[in-house]
Amino acid sequence: MPAPLIKFYQTGTFTIGNRLLDEEALSVQADELRPNVLTSGHRACQGCGEALGARYALDAAMRAAGDQIIVANATGCLEVFSTPYPESSWRVAWMHSLFGNAAAVATGIAAAMKVKGRPNVRVIAQGGDGGTTDIGLGCLSGMFERNDDVLYICYDNEAYMNTGVQRSSATPPAARTATTPAVGSQPGNSFGHGKSIPLIAMAHRIPYAATASVADLRDLEYKINKAMRIHGARYVHVHVPCPLGWGADPRDTVRVARLAIETGLFPLFEAEFGNITDKTSIRHLKPVEEYLRLQKRFAHLFHSGADQQWIIAIQEIANRNIREFGLLAEVSHA
Amino acid sequence: MLKQVETSRAIAETVALCRPEVICAYPITPQTHIVEALAEMVGAGQLQHCEFINVESEFAALSVAIGASAAGARAYTATASQGLLFMAEAVYNAAGLGLPIVMTIGNRAIGAPINIWNDHSDSMSMRDAGWIQLYAETPQESADLHILAFRVAEELSCPVMVCVDGFVLTHSYEPVDLVTQGDVDAYLPAFEPRQVLDPADPVSIGAMVGPEAFLEVRYLAHHKQLRALECIPELSQEFRERFGHASGGLLRTYRTEGAETIVVALGSVNGTIQEVVDDLRREGSAIGSVSVCCYRPFPLAALRAAIGEAKRVIVVEKSLAPGIGGILSTDVRTALSHTSIPLFTAIAGLGGRAITKASLRGLFKGAEAGVLDALTFLDLHTELIQRHLERESKRRRSGPPAENLLADIRLLAAQIG
Amino acid sequence: MHKPFAITLEVGSSLDNHTGSWRTERPVYRDFLPPCNHACPAGEDIQGWLYYAEAGEYEKAWRKLVENNPLSAIMGRACYHPCETACNRGQLDKAVNIHAVERFLGDLAIERNLQFEPPATKSGKHVLVVGSGPSGLSSAYHLARLGHQVTIYEAESKPGGMMRYGIPQYRLPRAILDAEIQRIENMGVTIELNKKVDNLASTMAEGRFDAAFLAVGAHLAKRAYIPAGDASKILDALDLLHGVETGEPVQLGRRVIVYGGGNTALDLARTAKRLGATEALVVYRRTREKMPAHESELQEALEEGIKIKWLSTIKASGKSHILIEKMRLDESGFPQPTGEFESIKADCVVLALGQDVDLSFLDRTAGIEVVDGVVKVDSQMMTGHPGIFAGGDMVPAERTVTTAVGHGKKAARCVDAFLRGTSYVAAPKNPVADFNRLNTWYYSDAPQVVQSTLDRARRESTFAEVVHGLDEKSALFEARRCLSCGNCFECDNCYGVCPDNAVIKLGAGKRFEFNYEYCKGCGLCAAECPCGAIDMIPEPS
Ligand SMILES: Cc1cc2nc3c(=O)[nH]c(=O)nc-3n(C[C@H](O)[C@H](O)[C@H](O)COP(=O)(O)OP(=O)(O)OC[C@H]3O[C@@H](n4cnc5c(N)ncnc54)[C@H](O)[C@@H]3O)c2cc1C
Ligand SMILES: Cc1ncc(C[n+]2csc(CCOP(=O)(O)OP(=O)(O)O)c2C)c(N)n1
Ligand code: SF4
Ligand SMILES: [Mg+2]
Repeated sequence: MPAPLIKFYQTGTFTIGNRLLDEEALSVQADELRPNVLTSGHRACQGCGEALGARYALDAAMRAAGDQIIVANATGCLEVFSTPYPESSWRVAWMHSLFGNAAAVATGIAAAMKVKGRPNVRVIAQGGDGGTTDIGLGCLSGMFERNDDVLYICYDNEAYMNTGVQRSSATPPAARTATTPAVGSQPGNSFGHGKSIPLIAMAHRIPYAATASVADLRDLEYKINKAMRIHGARYVHVHVPCPLGWGADPRDTVRVARLAIETGLFPLFEAEFGNITDKTSIRHLKPVEEYLRLQKRFAHLFHSGADQQWIIAIQEIANRNIREFGLLAEVSHA
Repeated sequence: MLKQVETSRAIAETVALCRPEVICAYPITPQTHIVEALAEMVGAGQLQHCEFINVESEFAALSVAIGASAAGARAYTATASQGLLFMAEAVYNAAGLGLPIVMTIGNRAIGAPINIWNDHSDSMSMRDAGWIQLYAETPQESADLHILAFRVAEELSCPVMVCVDGFVLTHSYEPVDLVTQGDVDAYLPAFEPRQVLDPADPVSIGAMVGPEAFLEVRYLAHHKQLRALECIPELSQEFRERFGHASGGLLRTYRTEGAETIVVALGSVNGTIQEVVDDLRREGSAIGSVSVCCYRPFPLAALRAAIGEAKRVIVVEKSLAPGIGGILSTDVRTALSHTSIPLFTAIAGLGGRAITKASLRGLFKGAEAGVLDALTFLDLHTELIQRHLERESKRRRSGPPAENLLADIRLLAAQIG
Repeated sequence: MHKPFAITLEVGSSLDNHTGSWRTERPVYRDFLPPCNHACPAGEDIQGWLYYAEAGEYEKAWRKLVENNPLSAIMGRACYHPCETACNRGQLDKAVNIHAVERFLGDLAIERNLQFEPPATKSGKHVLVVGSGPSGLSSAYHLARLGHQVTIYEAESKPGGMMRYGIPQYRLPRAILDAEIQRIENMGVTIELNKKVDNLASTMAEGRFDAAFLAVGAHLAKRAYIPAGDASKILDALDLLHGVETGEPVQLGRRVIVYGGGNTALDLARTAKRLGATEALVVYRRTREKMPAHESELQEALEEGIKIKWLSTIKASGKSHILIEKMRLDESGFPQPTGEFESIKADCVVLALGQDVDLSFLDRTAGIEVVDGVVKVDSQMMTGHPGIFAGGDMVPAERTVTTAVGHGKKAARCVDAFLRGTSYVAAPKNPVADFNRLNTWYYSDAPQVVQSTLDRARRESTFAEVVHGLDEKSALFEARRCLSCGNCFECDNCYGVCPDNAVIKLGAGKRFEFNYEYCKGCGLCAAECPCGAIDMIPEPS
């Protein structure tokens, strides 16, 4: 992890905090007075990874910007569960316009702040994987290409959850969704070549692009913090399990996210101006099966008589990530 | 100061005098000259404190404007035709959120078939989006309406479209009286948003609203339009007093006193209509016309008053609602309800077809003579249509579909070849 | 600001929506019994004192430790640390080196001359403790803390029991022993040396004691019949160790045979080496696996060049040789003679075959029941004679310093209850925090700190302490390897991972509280608590 190493204390920097750390070394989430940008009373499902990820990310951003942030939100679960009339869970200047335009709306806000001479107000756009990788990709790419002063955060729960779990271009192969049912000769989502927005972001050579996960708060906060120190277009892609859509136990949200990292299926890395500058090594390598088994969307892979080739193919994807991103390099001890 | 300029340039210079803070644009004929001129002004430092953003689509253009406006900046964009449709979702959104964005539409037909020339299909498609729609009649008004638009938009917290006939107006070179910065500043105060995204006083804009309150939200949108019916005449009056131009207002009548025949139209075609009215008046016809400037909200009462005791009304419109006919006509018909005044619709000028004085004269004469159909397609090549329809009826498919299909394709190939 | 109706909302207004009503299960914080604590015969709250040690609050840690065991420096050396065998960290990499931290704290307390707090009140009761071994000392300490006057009668000229006359100095330096005993005396406990109790009944009457705790240990060496020639030299291990301690001249010769397989045998063999024997051979009738001696002690002995003859019994002993017979283990693991013999050079044979309890001083005390040579006690550690309690090696239990200390503590509480006319009821124990409660991903990989040892040459020639203590840095590191099984250590995970902000952080040292108004009962906090201190329970209806 690129986050500063903290002197050994039982859990090092792996837990959210601990009583013995110096004030400066505390995570934002460990702070009694953390911003709680997304506050209680929201209507996300039990154990929603997106609700967690959004608070993690925005609290960090809020801290980094001295509370001076404005957020543009795409349509999706995050928007729906946070702002159903008459109650809002946001404690920040926030707006929702449409599903596919969060990046552009943010550009407009940033432009407004620029003409108004308020450079200290920082602008964040956020959306789900559907709002980012599919319908919002045009606006996102435009924002990247113009290098607008916006941090875009994608909360990737690997499907269109708000509309009832349909496939998006971020849905992993073999996963069952409402539009990729587990029937036929190749059950679940097809094996394509995937669409990696982080890599697409890098191809725009924006100043900063990174992946993060709700299973690694320190890393996430570090990346948001770093992104907030940079001006221009920035992108952070956060992996946020959806208990409902993935068919996982709500209590396993972080566990599942962690396994995605530890299997190599979700590589954590950072890139500056199109070049990968760092990655997080896997601490305890796990076979993909351990990850898949926790999720009902992959249950058909484990039925008796199920073709083993799909699991092998998914393992191959993990192996490729491990190779390409060098995820098994020397582990640093906290 | 009178200046011989392209209307697009006049519009751009007027928009610049309105001190827009964020301009975003994506090119589409015939809007291009407007935004190009603005880009030049921003680039040259002539228009300061303004961000000009080259976006990747019209959807982004209006979305950027939405963000900027919500964050308290005076935002402007321009588009036409396909571009307006491409941003359709955001058009509704801007109105729903009550953001006082001003957008110029260089009115142009919608494809297929693709066509770059003028008609009103584009802005008509967005007539129910909740925006105020103003139609310019002249180059002067094309420029002037933008000042009024910003004033009205910000007064009501409602977006305004200024519809300017593509090419006919946008690309015409005529003398335009360009107003001064001082006058504009005096007329148009700095933008004070009704609600704004501000970290110092945060709010959540854009909630999800369910059945329990949605109707009320929509009612308020309607109510806002009704208020515009009061506000536009007042602000237009103020405009006229300050600038001395007879631009704006809900509608303008032309020689309607004692008229038995009244022609209603939107935009630049009113100039030609007025010329024909002059001719016919000279010949003794009791004819006049009404140029509707404010199409949304629709000035039912003002129009009803303008029509008065006329014996017939002819709507000349540059848009078509296939399957029913006129669009403007429908609104005019609403204004005529509870009267027995007959209404004639003439679909004219689609896709840039010239609307000639001669054709209009024939049309109006026909109406006076009681030989006009309720729905007319002005200058339709009837023979061509006839031939085509005949051919089509002969070639109507029967027998095995696959065979017919192949035959069609061969025919098509032969035509292409 | 003018907010358009319904479209624009007030920030934070969702607090009106109490999502707690969604819950079917609710999280609760609990304190479990860490396996180390559970395994500790002295009942130490190991996790509890490590908690302070982790923070570098060593004095607090030591005070927490001595709530249960006054002999921290001794215990950190002599205890066979069953806590470490039980330690959950052992399943992760290697157990926490608990005894090394305990020793560090004990040594630090001696260095800083820390003393026990004198009791707040005095009960006016006077309790006799017979024997100043670990059991007697522990009971005296705890009784004194409870406000009773305590007098220890000790037959020897120095206190400490087997800690002084059994455990050799190279494992337990006497300065350490003396310091920890002195600290107990400083508290007001009287130790009367050279005062052997021959007749308990009369001693009780003479001293007008209100109760007594007997902890005389097991000092009578067990014998084995070995046909021996006149010139053969057969000695007893405990006599020898006693002699070494009191400075009596000991003549062992060059080749020493030690007969037995316990710790005493190994201690004797290692002592023999230090006294100049060129060869010390332990003869044991079973195999290494069956040997009662502790593995670590065997290891240390082997390092020092001690040889072991496995599966062997001594058949006869002569002037310069002994005869051994090879054994084999039968199906039940019992050694059986094979009829194969071997002669080995030997200058003397030392017997280390275990000890019996000398119970003669109890002859005239009514009601005391003896079974298999040890005194029977009930759940209150009381003998059949009301008011007379017993513990340590003289009662049926494991014979270790730690068990003895535990007996002393428990007996003190029982005596105290007895003196108040009640009986002692132990607080109910929390369920044990077993390994599968933990979410071990969160713990850093941290290899155990190994204590350094004296170099071999010096080990074979002096009685200097073999195993070194930890320096502060290492002790702190080692303490921080503790997983805090089943007990919140304020890592903030629950506070962080709640998607509903339904965990309230109460501030340093005050832990957390659930906000059931908003907790949806997802269970993430419980799943992500590294130490398993959160349970999900059905929502009370
Ligand atoms: C060589 C050897 C090494 C050992 N090593 C370890 C080790 O490393 N770790 C470990 O945990 N255990 C070890 N043990 C065991 C441990 O020492 C004993 O289990 C423990 O000391 C028992 O404590 P106690 O208080 O019951 O008795 P003791 O320690 O035996 O103390 C009894 C005391 O009572 C006194 N006494 C006896 N009779 C009378 C009387 N009638 N009147 C007055 N005083 C009397 C004795 O003089 C003695 O001081 C070892 C034992 C031996 C022999
Ligand atoms: C233009 C448009 N198309 C479709 C929808 C319907 N829609 C609303 S939310 C949503 C799914 C959002 O998925 P994602 O962005 O992944 O966010 P999630 O709900 O999974 O967090 C869809 C398809 C819409 N609101 N607008
Ligand atoms: S469906 Fe998934 S993403 Fe949406 S609120 Fe529920 S858990 Fe969160
Ligand atoms: Mg999604």
